[in-house]
This record gives sequence, C-alpha cells and structure tokens, in this order.
Amino acid sequence: MLALPSFVPASAPVDLNHPGHYLNWGWVQISVANVVVIALMLALFALAILLPFPKGPRR
Amino acid sequence: MSAHSAGDAPEMWTTRLRRRAVDALPPEKLLPDTQPSYVASWTYLFGALTIAAFLVVLVTGVVLGAEGPQWWHVSSTGLFLNSLHLWSVELFMAFMVIHLWGSFFMAAWRGKRALTWITGALCFLGSVGTALTGYVIQQNFDSQWISTEAKDGLNSVGIGSFFNVMNYGQMLVFHVVLLPVVVSILVGVHLLLVRRRGVVPPLDAVTDEAQEVTS
Repeated sequence: MLALPSFVPASAPVDLNHPGHYLNWGWVQISVANVVVIALMLALFALAILLPFPKGPRR
Repeated sequence: MSAHSAGDAPEMWTTRLRRRAVDALPPEKLLPDTQPSYVASWTYLFGALTIAAFLVVLVTGVVLGAEGPQWWHVSSTGLFLNSLHLWSVELFMAFMVIHLWGSFFMAAWRGKRALTWITGALCFLGSVGTALTGYVIQQNFDSQWISTEAKDGLNSVGIGSFFNVMNYGQMLVFHVVLLPVVVSILVGVHLLLVRRRGVVPPLDAVTDEAQEVTS
C-alpha cells in the first residue's frame, strides 16, 4: 500500500489535479504554463534593460 | 638528493605553476574592489542571480541525497526541501537563460572572451542534462512519461545505448554525482574567465576603461 505524504496543502493557488492546458498552432504545441514562464522571463529581461539602476555613493 | 644553495636552486613545477596562475589572475583581479561604471545595470545582475540559485540547488541537493527518498517523499520537511530544490532549479534555468540573452545581444564573446562564452554555453548544456536526469528520477508518473518520451529521442540520435533514461541507477548517479561535478567545474572556470577578461562592455562603450583587456 502506497503511503501518502502526511503534508498535503489545503489549497494550491493553481489546481493541478487535472490535465494541463495546451495551445496548438499547426505542428507547434506548448503548455500554457510554459507560455506563462517564457512571457515572465521576457518581461523580466525587458524591465532589466529599461529600468534605471540605483546609483550608489560615489567613492 | 643533491643539495642546492638558494641562488642556483632549480625551479620547481610548483613555482612555475604559481607564477603562471598569479600572472593570469592577480589577487586584485580575482577579488576586485570596483567594477567599470557600465556594470551599474540590472542586465548584469542575472549572472550573479544564476550563481545564487545554483548554490541553493547544490545545498538542497546534498541534503536530499543525504536523507534519501523515503524522507523527501513523506516527511513535511523533506517535501519542503524537495520543493526548494525544484523551484531553485526553475529560477536557476530562468536566470541563466536571461543571462544568456543579455550576453548574446551584447556579443559577449568580444575582446578575447570567446572561451568565457563557450564555457557559459557548456554550463547551459550541462544544466539541461542535469535537469533531465533530475526529472526522470522523481519516481512518479511524470518521470515515467518524461523518460519514455526522452528515450525515443535519445535512441533516434544513437546515444540511448550508453545513456539510458530508463535505467534508474544510471540516471541517479548521473544526476547526483557526474553532471553536478562537471557543471560545478564549468561554472568555476567560467567565473575565473569572467574575472580574468573582465565583464564585457556594452556595444556602444568605447572608453579605455571599457575596452581594457588583459592579454
């Protein structure tokens, strides 16, 4: 008999107890989760270029 | 053993090695106090973030390996460490890819930095392999799906005979020993090369400070 973990989160921010959602475009197939991660990385990269870096004390 | 006076003592290999090491990377270059002004940009932060995430991956991996699967699959602390290992890997890969984007668009191989670029690319490839072997030793349905899919791809390029993702023991050793050692060495060499050659200047920086490169 498989022992279940004693710690199970009461409610996760995203319900993972179902098959993932996928986007299809011709032969291209990608999960929504991966699209979200890639979009976040692109946003982070754009912000890193555009946002000014705080100036430290001059030495 | 023949005795030599201090003046005509033959030069030991340790002396030559030390001299070469210090010439290539003097202490003030290994641990510098200042950086060029162009480093004051968020873009340059992602290399350090990648290293920070990598250290968390290593530490949590060592703890998981020491405690074993019965601990990380069942106890609440084990599940927490297991999650910490996964999420630090997710951040490690994300930060590394953003670091790669920044380096690529800055043409970071300029100024005798080709080896820095190559070791960075090898770190990325090694990390992909380490992540794959990590996913296939999870001992759950996800790992069965990934390994049975991956074996077809690996067989199609002819490496399945000596790198078998359906072989749990081989994947475990690759994940917890071989690949982490290789990636750690590559990361170390990459960092030393960054120190030796300096951080690459932006494309429009043409000052003497920016173009300064040691031979």
